[in-house]
Amino acid sequence: MRRSSLPPDALDSTDRAILNALQDGFPISKHPFAEAGAKLGIAEEDLIARITNLREIGAITRFGPFYDAAAMGGAFCLCAMEVPAAEFEEAVTLVNAHPEVAHNYERTHRLNMWFVLACETEEGIGRVAKKIELETGHSVLRFPKLREFFIGFRVQA
Amino acid sequence: MTLDAIDRRIIAATQSGLSLSPAPYAVVAAQLHLTEDEVISRMQAMQARGIIRRIALAPNHYALGMVANGMSVWDVEDARAETLGAQIGALPFVSHSYLRPRAEGWPYNLFAMIHGSTRDEVEDKRQVIAGILGDAARANDILYSTRILKKTGMRISGGA
Repeated sequence: MRRSSLPPDALDSTDRAILNALQDGFPISKHPFAEAGAKLGIAEEDLIARITNLREIGAITRFGPFYDAAAMGGAFCLCAMEVPAAEFEEAVTLVNAHPEVAHNYERTHRLNMWFVLACETEEGIGRVAKKIELETGHSVLRFPKLREFFIGFRVQA
Repeated sequence: MTLDAIDRRIIAATQSGLSLSPAPYAVVAAQLHLTEDEVISRMQAMQARGIIRRIALAPNHYALGMVANGMSVWDVEDARAETLGAQIGALPFVSHSYLRPRAEGWPYNLFAMIHGSTRDEVEDKRQVIAGILGDAARANDILYSTRILKKTGMRISGGA
């Protein structure tokens, strides 16, 4: 995934209108690009070509359904560990070796390793966390979500 | 909120994205030996039940200049955490907002991921949140990510 800004002239006003409009939703219908394009004043084939280009230049990361992972079944838990600097790389290898570790970030804090466990069941979360504690010798703090708030996040293109 | 085997096959076939062709749901249908109408009606039903949050394009916020982000964490009075958390989640620069349990040495129960074009901008936005939370927040901190150590998509299998 591209992690740097695109040059300012990479997108024109039509690209920006597409990015802004299609963050909010896209139809589930027989000709969804024609439908979405009509609202933007863009022909079906132009809309498809522009989204294809946006994907190629790395302006979008995904196009499609966003599923509620928990509603599909499965258990997820944010975890954090305090790992001494000297052991950090070794701990990364041990933690990442578990397929249940979905993402893992190094962060600026005493708790310097933050990862998400994705398992079939709640018991699975506990089992993997315990295993990681045994392998690394460090506690795995578990921060399951108690409540998720509706997200208003939009990127203004 | 039960999903049957066909729903699960549709999820597996679409979770990495839709095809960029005029009739993308027909493409899914052909792949799964279903009719386009069935794929459309099942996906509409999953959207109505909240299993599909939305069908949309996800902008790469890094590419669009939002290259700084920080995980802000707040110790918010329990009685007000629900109401205030909802207000924080609705802010346009917050991409994730959750209540989570506190832990020993970790007094924070509200997590809000803040995005901006620079770290200064993220800090300004953190002040906006501090203003909204007011005296309900006893302490706060912000954790910047310095390295991605692993990133894989969440995946479910297509089987039953």
